[in-house]
Amino acid sequence: MSADTKRAAAPEPNYITANYGIKSWLLTTDHKRIGLLYLISISVFFFIGGAFAVLIRMELLTPEGDLVDSETYNKLFTQHGLIMIFFFLVPSIPAVLGNFLLPIMLGAKDLAFPRINLLSWYVYTVGGLVTLYATATGGVDTGWTFYTPYSSTYANTQVMYTAVGVFITGFSSILTGLNFIVTTHKMRAPGLTWFRLPLFVWAQYATSLIMVLGTPVLAITILLVALERGLGIGIFDPKLGGDPLLFQHLFWFYSHPAVYIMILPGMGVISEVISCFARKRVFGYGFIAFSSLAIAVLGFLVWGHHMFTSGQSVYAGLVFSFLTMVVAIPSAVKVFNWIATLYKGSISFETPMLYALGFIGLFTIGGLTGIFLGTLALDVHVHDTYFVVAHFHYVMVGGMVMAYLAGIHFWWPKITGRMYPETIAKFAAVVIFIGFNLTFFPQFLLGYVGMPRRYHAYPEEFQVLNVMSTAGASILGIGYLIPMGYLVWSLWWGKVAAANPWRAKGLEWEVPSPPPTFNFDQTPVVTEEAYAYAADDSFVETEAAKPPTYPSDPKVGADS
Amino acid sequence: MWQDFPLFPPSASTNSGAIDGIYLYLILVSVFFGLLIAGLIVFFSIRYRRRHAAERGAYIHGSVPLEIFWTSIPLGIAMVAFAWGAVVYFDASKPPADVMDVYVTGKQWMWRLQHPQGQREINDLHVPIGQPVRLTMTSEDVIHSFFIPAFRMKRDVLPGRYTETWFEATKPGEYHIFCAEYCGAKHSEMIGTIYVLEPEEYEQWLSGAPAGETPVAAGAKLFEAQRCDTCHGTQSGARGPDLAGRFGTGVRLDNGRNVVFDEAYVRESILRPQSKISAGFEPLMPTYEGQIGEEQILQIIAYLKSIADDGGKAQ
Repeated sequence: MSADTKRAAAPEPNYITANYGIKSWLLTTDHKRIGLLYLISISVFFFIGGAFAVLIRMELLTPEGDLVDSETYNKLFTQHGLIMIFFFLVPSIPAVLGNFLLPIMLGAKDLAFPRINLLSWYVYTVGGLVTLYATATGGVDTGWTFYTPYSSTYANTQVMYTAVGVFITGFSSILTGLNFIVTTHKMRAPGLTWFRLPLFVWAQYATSLIMVLGTPVLAITILLVALERGLGIGIFDPKLGGDPLLFQHLFWFYSHPAVYIMILPGMGVISEVISCFARKRVFGYGFIAFSSLAIAVLGFLVWGHHMFTSGQSVYAGLVFSFLTMVVAIPSAVKVFNWIATLYKGSISFETPMLYALGFIGLFTIGGLTGIFLGTLALDVHVHDTYFVVAHFHYVMVGGMVMAYLAGIHFWWPKITGRMYPETIAKFAAVVIFIGFNLTFFPQFLLGYVGMPRRYHAYPEEFQVLNVMSTAGASILGIGYLIPMGYLVWSLWWGKVAAANPWRAKGLEWEVPSPPPTFNFDQTPVVTEEAYAYAADDSFVETEAAKPPTYPSDPKVGADS
Repeated sequence: MWQDFPLFPPSASTNSGAIDGIYLYLILVSVFFGLLIAGLIVFFSIRYRRRHAAERGAYIHGSVPLEIFWTSIPLGIAMVAFAWGAVVYFDASKPPADVMDVYVTGKQWMWRLQHPQGQREINDLHVPIGQPVRLTMTSEDVIHSFFIPAFRMKRDVLPGRYTETWFEATKPGEYHIFCAEYCGAKHSEMIGTIYVLEPEEYEQWLSGAPAGETPVAAGAKLFEAQRCDTCHGTQSGARGPDLAGRFGTGVRLDNGRNVVFDEAYVRESILRPQSKISAGFEPLMPTYEGQIGEEQILQIIAYLKSIADDGGKAQ
């Protein structure tokens, strides 16, 4: 397959130019257009959630609660968590990159259920609007965890509307998961066996399993809170004969696997990016693929590690602590395999690779501090402190958001047909890395010293670390605005992208950038394993011809 | 400078050292792996940087021995953390025999504490060094969590349940008490101070503080005032079980099940007497829901505990 055919006189219509008008977008069943609808929606939510984070960090600059009152502060961290988790992190990679790439990577024309795919975006949007309505009409102050009986009986804020919003949005996850599972099973191109699939697909598949199995439990839990709050049916509040710990069991039964919904797709992106920029097959393909499934399965068995101080039986604590140690291992295996992929590779450092290498470092810290929290006696001290906040953000922001940005930059030429500006993008990646560490590393220290999370005001001795964190957050905030700016800029002024600007392997790089509506003129036949860089003869032809000028001109050979 | 940049909270209980030990172990592990991984990334990035545009990586499939190696080493290290953490956690879950009982009630947004000698405190707690203190805690409204960083101790405080924890302070001083479970508007104001005193100072403080009734005496009075004694006293005959000597023993219910006569059972029997009926008795008892508060229930529990020993001898 060569991309130079598209240079002929009139360009073939691609999925963006195939139709015009707002209706052609809002009624589209093209997985790529739906991916873009998601991209726009989650970007809006990311910046709303980010604005709440900025206000939180500004308040915490001083020990006194002086910028906003405590009710407002509690709403800020609640809205930040809710929006970032349910409306950004959960849909981010699956619904944007997964939607766009999964069918192309499988050699299919679309997902198995294109209209259900569109429905899932509408469901997400309705849930999002209901939640934003709740935010605009007073907001909610229960924390994103909705712990009962505070949420079900005591809180006087917009719990109901928020719960309805999250409840609705959950169904979009379920629909997306269902679509991905069926598509992966039934729509692989001829020759594309399970063990020839890109690891991104394996990661999406494992994520989809959790979405389909876990999200209904969240829906049930929210429904029960609503029943208690609305109708006074005693389920969680002991005054009504309920059990408050029941809520925590149900909530974490979804919400712990949900953190794997958030991180697994990111791991899939990292496998693709590392392999491409090291021009080498991923080391231990099978181990990475099965570690995703292992995480998906074991992730359902560790929810009780959120409850070591709750009054849960010490024997239950023992089992959950043990399983938590076990679930950490597949993540460690992935990290070691990525490192081994670099060995004897041919490594270049475009922006996606910088984010991917940053991911490995930050995710390692996030993962290791998870061991701290899974250790029974130590968790008693650091539970519900800033240590947890730091750990969570190292995994979710240092891990997932880095992976998301790696993926967005990596596939940006494919999605938009334009290159992003490389130099400023590298600069932004470095700014984000520095800002991130300055924001969240001090929070580990704060946590061990004893600062509880969700505190509006705090004792003076915690101030220096908080000032460092706030300083980091302002750098991080600027870091996130830069890509927003140049990515939008590139839509009009970026260099036109070739079909395969990175010389990457994978079916998505064999179709034009941007791809035509139905991706492939003819169903591709796959004859080689994933990441077959070493077997690609196109590299050999140019090897003799091209002098070693590579670093100064990254576009060389892009179109060959 | 270092006061402004703290790395550890004060270490002031018998448990603190053990927790710090696990923490340091895991920091060492993290630093080792962090440096290893960062070092390998930097080294490979330089050593295997792309030197010309057509270069490819070597064809390497994988290595099962390596996979086994880097699965088992982290698993071993994590298992050490697991076992160490579990041992310390189990040790810390059992208070020693000679504990002093302090009753804690959490409510939005204050802590109420009562000493065995009757002294009451709000948000503050005075304790002597060298004396194990057991906290029996409950909440009047939402979930709170009683957290003393200097003792590396935290326990959630739930409505409708009793949770217990204990500590033995080792170093005199003033330390923070925090509520660690988000509990509403003034969550960050639900804080207090624990004053750890030398034993003599503690005696002095006890004698200086206005001592109301001890929880046991107050509980005994309530037991009479609420007419519990008419059915549950020694001379009452068959209307209700005699409660002397019962606390901590097993109870056979009329449906054949066996439960333990503990704090939660007492509380449930006062508030929802119909839910668990002792075998051989009629369900006659009325509910005291709304007539009796959490602190009063704690006092009745203290009283029932105090008459448990008498029964032990009688058996």
